[in-house]
Amino acid sequence: MRPEPRLIEVRKNVLKQNDVVARSLRDRFHAAGVFVVSLVSSPGSGKTAFLEKTLTLLRPNYRVAALVGDLATENDALRLARSQAPVKQITTGTLCHLEAAMVQNALEQSALEEKKWNLGQLDFLFIENVGNLVCPSSYDLGEDLRLVLISVTEGEDKPLKYPTIFNSADVAIVTKLDLAAAVDFDWQAAYANIQAVRPGMPVFKLSAKTSEGMDDYMQFLATRLRELRPASLEAIL
Amino acid sequence: MHELSIAMSIVELAEEEAERRSVHIDAVHLKLGALSGVVKEALLSCYEMACEGTPLQGSRLIIDEVPVIIFCPSCQAQRPLNSLQLFCCPECGTPCSEIVQGKELEVVALEINECAPNLA
Repeated sequence: MRPEPRLIEVRKNVLKQNDVVARSLRDRFHAAGVFVVSLVSSPGSGKTAFLEKTLTLLRPNYRVAALVGDLATENDALRLARSQAPVKQITTGTLCHLEAAMVQNALEQSALEEKKWNLGQLDFLFIENVGNLVCPSSYDLGEDLRLVLISVTEGEDKPLKYPTIFNSADVAIVTKLDLAAAVDFDWQAAYANIQAVRPGMPVFKLSAKTSEGMDDYMQFLATRLRELRPASLEAIL
Repeated sequence: MHELSIAMSIVELAEEEAERRSVHIDAVHLKLGALSGVVKEALLSCYEMACEGTPLQGSRLIIDEVPVIIFCPSCQAQRPLNSLQLFCCPECGTPCSEIVQGKELEVVALEINECAPNLA
């Protein structure tokens, strides 16, 4: 006789494996005193141009590096290398998002290279995710700050269409501000939509091309680094 | 579309439990939050694919959809969210950013049959 099926309680987070790796990355980053920023957006919203500008502006005063994820090609890494900052490409193949283990692998690989990255000698590490507004929301990468980008050409209602990713992010960046007039971009509407899906979210509007608005963002990053550092310096002393 | 890799993680997790307890799994019960970033229908069809050729082949995935609950700082109370497009209190309209529930992606229970371990 076949017995009645029985229900047993399990309670296990499906993404536990990723979360465990992400937590160990975060601990490693904090012990090294490096502030880690990840970038998510749809393809073509200007992540790479924005990151290239960010690296170029930070480099005179800070030690910076970047990991960049794409399905294929090393084009973005080559573009970012123009900033003279150390850059590594993570090629995901067919995977539509980065996972914490890929970040970990990339860092381990870099340790084997001749000019290896020493996290303790970095101020900022940037992680550019694969262009995708859906899947990256579920995966913690151990970052301190997640930026979600929307360009003025994408329409003001992007936050309403993709509330989950906006909700998983800490800061919104409106890019390509130099094109705002050409596409009749409505800043008030975009700002209201961001606040509707993520009340209180800080928003920066800027142009990587003309540098308009980049100063405020640079100051914001500098402040966040200072906030991170005292605690980690105390740990050393 | 990351539902296939999520489905594979679910199967892997369930398989481990089945092996550890030497039981046959008839069904996996999953809590799926509205803010988990995972689509129920896509996950269901991916689950079938992920089970193929594993001891879980033929098992069912039972999804319990979890709505978003926010904490309203004005009412000092938990409230259900009416729309993912508007994070504010349905009672008083105060913007709410504190999420109490709705991000779940969790295997909560397994329906098992102790006499017939799954055969690979």
